[in-house]
Amino acid sequence: MELILTSLLFLALVTTAVAIAMVRRLFAVVMLAGVFSLLSALLFVLMDAVDVAFTEAAVGAGISSVLMLGTIALTARSEKKPTSYSLVPLSIVVLTGIVLIYGTLDMPNFGDANSPVQTHVGPDYISRTPTDIDVPNIVTAVLASYRGFDTLGEVTVVFTAGLGVVLLISGLGRRVRRKRGDQAATTSKEANS
Amino acid sequence: MDHHLILRVVTQILVAPILLYGLYVQFHGDFGPGGGFQAGVIFAVGFILYGIVFGLRRLRSKFPDYVIHRLVALGVLIYAGTGIVNMALGGNFLDYNTLSVNPVQGQHWGIIAVELGVGVTVFGVMMAIYYSFAGRPPSLDDKDW
Repeated sequence: MELILTSLLFLALVTTAVAIAMVRRLFAVVMLAGVFSLLSALLFVLMDAVDVAFTEAAVGAGISSVLMLGTIALTARSEKKPTSYSLVPLSIVVLTGIVLIYGTLDMPNFGDANSPVQTHVGPDYISRTPTDIDVPNIVTAVLASYRGFDTLGEVTVVFTAGLGVVLLISGLGRRVRRKRGDQAATTSKEANS
Repeated sequence: MDHHLILRVVTQILVAPILLYGLYVQFHGDFGPGGGFQAGVIFAVGFILYGIVFGLRRLRSKFPDYVIHRLVALGVLIYAGTGIVNMALGGNFLDYNTLSVNPVQGQHWGIIAVELGVGVTVFGVMMAIYYSFAGRPPSLDDKDW
C-alpha cells in the first residue's frame, strides 16, 4: 500500500515538474510550484518526517507562492518563447541526472537499520532524551537543546536574509532620504525667510 | 480586492483560526511536530492573507514597518539572551540546565524560550519580506494576471 502511494506521489511530482518546465504563463507556474511543494510534503509524511513535511507545506506551498506572486507583479507575467533550441542544456541536465542517480546507488536503502545514520548518533539521542530533556518530540530536543548553537546560527541566517531583503528592495532608504530631504528643504526655507 | 465578496468573508473566518493554529504549533512543538520556525511562518501567513485580501495599507496601519523590523531583531536577542542568562547563572552558553533547580525543568523552559525567539524572528522576517515585495508595485488588476 505504501509502495503504491509513494509511486503515485512520485509520478505526480514528476508530472508537475514537467508541467512547470512546459507552461509559459508564470502565474500557472507559481501555482504548480505550490502543488509540487504539497506533493513533496505528502512524500515526507509517508517517510515519517512530519516536521520536515510541516515546514515544506508552510514555507514551500504557503510563503513561497506569495513571494513568487509578488515577484511576478514586479517583473513580467509570462515567460518569453525561446528563440532557438539547443541540445547542450538538455544533455547537461541528463548527464547531471545520471551522475546523481549513480551517486545514490552507494547510499544505504531507505529505512535500513544498519545505515550509519541509525547506528551512530541517532540511538544516542533517542536513549538520552527521556532522561536529559524529557520532551516527547526528539526532533525538538535535538534542534533546540543538543544542537542549540546550530539553531542560533540558523536564526541568525534568517535574520540576515530578512535584513538583506529589507535593505535591498523595501525602498526604506528612499523613504528616509525623502523625509530628510523634506526636512532639509523646510529648514533651508525657514533660514531664507 | 474589494469586489471579491467570497474571498473577503472566507478570509474573515479563516484569519483567527490560522493565528490560533500558529500559537498551537509554537507552544506544542515539544510534544508534536512543529516548533518556532513553522509557527512563525503560519502566524505570518495569517497576516499576509489579511494583507492580500484587505489591502497592504490596512495591514501596514495595524502593523507598521518599524514594529516588524524590531520584532526581527527581538527574536535573535531572545535566543542569544537565553544563552547569556545561562552564562550569568554559571553554566555554558545555551546550557538550559541552569534555568531551574531541576535540570529537566530548566531544559523545558530553555526550549520554550529559544523556540519563542525562533518564532518571533521568522514571523518578523516573513512579514518584512512580504512588505518589501508587496509594497513596491502599483497593484495589478485581476485581468493582468
